Amino acid sequence: MKSSLENKAIDLFSYVFMAIFSIFCIVPFILIISSSLSGEKAVQLTGFSLIPKDFSLFAYEVIFQDNTIFTAYRTTIIITVVGTLLCLILTSAMAYALSVKTFTHRNKIAFFVFFTMLFNGGLIPSYLLISKYLGLSDNILVYIVPALINPFNMFLLRNFFNQIPESLAESAKIDGANDIYILFKIILPLAKPALATIGLFYGLGFWNKWFEATLYINDKDLYSLQYLIMKVLREVDFMYQMDYMQGAVLNYVAPKNTVKMATAVVTTGPIIFVYPFVQKYFVKGLVVGAVKG
Amino acid sequence: MVSVALSDNKADRVVMKKKKKSFLSDVKQNFYLYLLVLPGVLFFVIFSYLPMVGIIVAFQDFNVMKGLFGSEFVGLKNFEYFFSSKDWLVVTWNTVYLNLLFLFTGLFFAILIAIVLSEIRSKHYKKVTQSVVILPHFISWTLVSMFVFALLSTDVGFINAILKTFGFIQEGEEINFYSNPNLWVAILVVLKIWKDAGFGSVIYLAAIAGMDQSMYEAAKIDGASRLQCITKITLPQLRSTAVLLTLFGIGGIFHGDLGMIYAIVGDNPSLYEATDVIDTYVFRMLRQMNEMSMTAAIGFYQSLVGLVIVFVANYLARKYDSDSAIF
Repeated sequence: MKSSLENKAIDLFSYVFMAIFSIFCIVPFILIISSSLSGEKAVQLTGFSLIPKDFSLFAYEVIFQDNTIFTAYRTTIIITVVGTLLCLILTSAMAYALSVKTFTHRNKIAFFVFFTMLFNGGLIPSYLLISKYLGLSDNILVYIVPALINPFNMFLLRNFFNQIPESLAESAKIDGANDIYILFKIILPLAKPALATIGLFYGLGFWNKWFEATLYINDKDLYSLQYLIMKVLREVDFMYQMDYMQGAVLNYVAPKNTVKMATAVVTTGPIIFVYPFVQKYFVKGLVVGAVKG
Repeated sequence: MVSVALSDNKADRVVMKKKKKSFLSDVKQNFYLYLLVLPGVLFFVIFSYLPMVGIIVAFQDFNVMKGLFGSEFVGLKNFEYFFSSKDWLVVTWNTVYLNLLFLFTGLFFAILIAIVLSEIRSKHYKKVTQSVVILPHFISWTLVSMFVFALLSTDVGFINAILKTFGFIQEGEEINFYSNPNLWVAILVVLKIWKDAGFGSVIYLAAIAGMDQSMYEAAKIDGASRLQCITKITLPQLRSTAVLLTLFGIGGIFHGDLGMIYAIVGDNPSLYEATDVIDTYVFRMLRQMNEMSMTAAIGFYQSLVGLVIVFVANYLARKYDSDSAIF
């Protein structure tokens, strides 16, 4: 009797808790979508709401009037695609070499990489290096080059390579294949799940880049999406500099609040779109990394 | 989470002993392996080890014109300056305090979500709610800052609008979130839970899924209730995962979450006392003051203390379970 009551209580708590936590997670999304679809005057009068007030697509019309968003999209897509590919190639090259047991100095090199996870020079030396000595300011490469190999991902991949039976590589070697051939033709095809996982880690990292832009980028055409969001949110001036606002101000209440929300929606869109795919691999990869450890 | 064991098997050492050859002949023999590892080594030399050399800036009165090797050395003056200001206490405290709060609230909610999810029997409901609570992890902090604006803005924010609709506050009494530092520790903690608790639960859920089912069956035969199964079987089995993840978290406790805090708070001086961490402080000093030497000194202080903390955390992890030490 008591236990069936307890059963029901646990069921009730579980279902209700997850319902509440899910609502807590999803409400902000609904809020920005409906706010972006509201009229600016209604928003200024009564604030943002979960249901569009005075429905209007004006904010979207305004942001698509000039190419600020498109340019940022283009920059972000380029750094994400090129960056992720380069990262995957360099990371797997190093990870593979460090996974070959006969490679004499692999432990020393592994420590050399590992140490960078424990200690770093800090922001200023990196800043001086990148801006002064490498001259990467206002260059799209500044998003990619300093992030080419993440030591954590490198070790994750090396651990995965360690699980692949050595006999595969050895028999290929007897047949005269060199290590580069072995890596690309034998090892990498077997490591697809691991590559997908760290590819997603890298990809999300590149997609979310803004830090480099604040320090090294002045050229508007090289703004990343996330940096653009920051600018739109923080700097009222920045919004008015864009062509679209100037047109809008003349004949209407400047839609500064709804435009912010529309910008957020337009930049969130792709993430939601690829989410089901991403989720599957992320969860898998996280579990693999944790269990195989 | 990821073992980086550096020298783990005997085979290695045997191989090392056999081949006491010159470096050059080794390169000749393993030419392609060296070729594969070279770009990576170069990358770390340039982007990790060169900046370590650059730490000397912290001991100089750095002048951009004179450069790294021409600037005058001033000993520990930059450190003295930082440690004599009251800023260092504020930012150090905020860094550690916020990280500890993030760590323990995150731990609590991640485990709670994992257990609750594992108790839900409807597969469909479980899958949908799990997808929903993981989703925020994939949203960038800059977008979160938009959400925060939509919720907390004084004149158009959702929370103020709701409070007004239900008559809790009148026109003109709106809560001015962006100028009240007292609210921000709580706000940041809630945001962190929003973004990462669901994702954090994945690892515990995997641990629960991997548990031996026969134990639960035996407990049931012995008349254990569901709650007893949770508290006596599930929770104790999650303990080692929780302890280890916490130790990893503690290893990183001296590094503030710049990506989060700068994206959300930005350069808003009225909130600094509650939200300014070492990383945001350093970032601001660089951009606004263009003060290289003192900023480098603060960065060095952070790296050094951070390193000590990692060693302590690792020592504790090794003590707790010798297999799970990081190194």
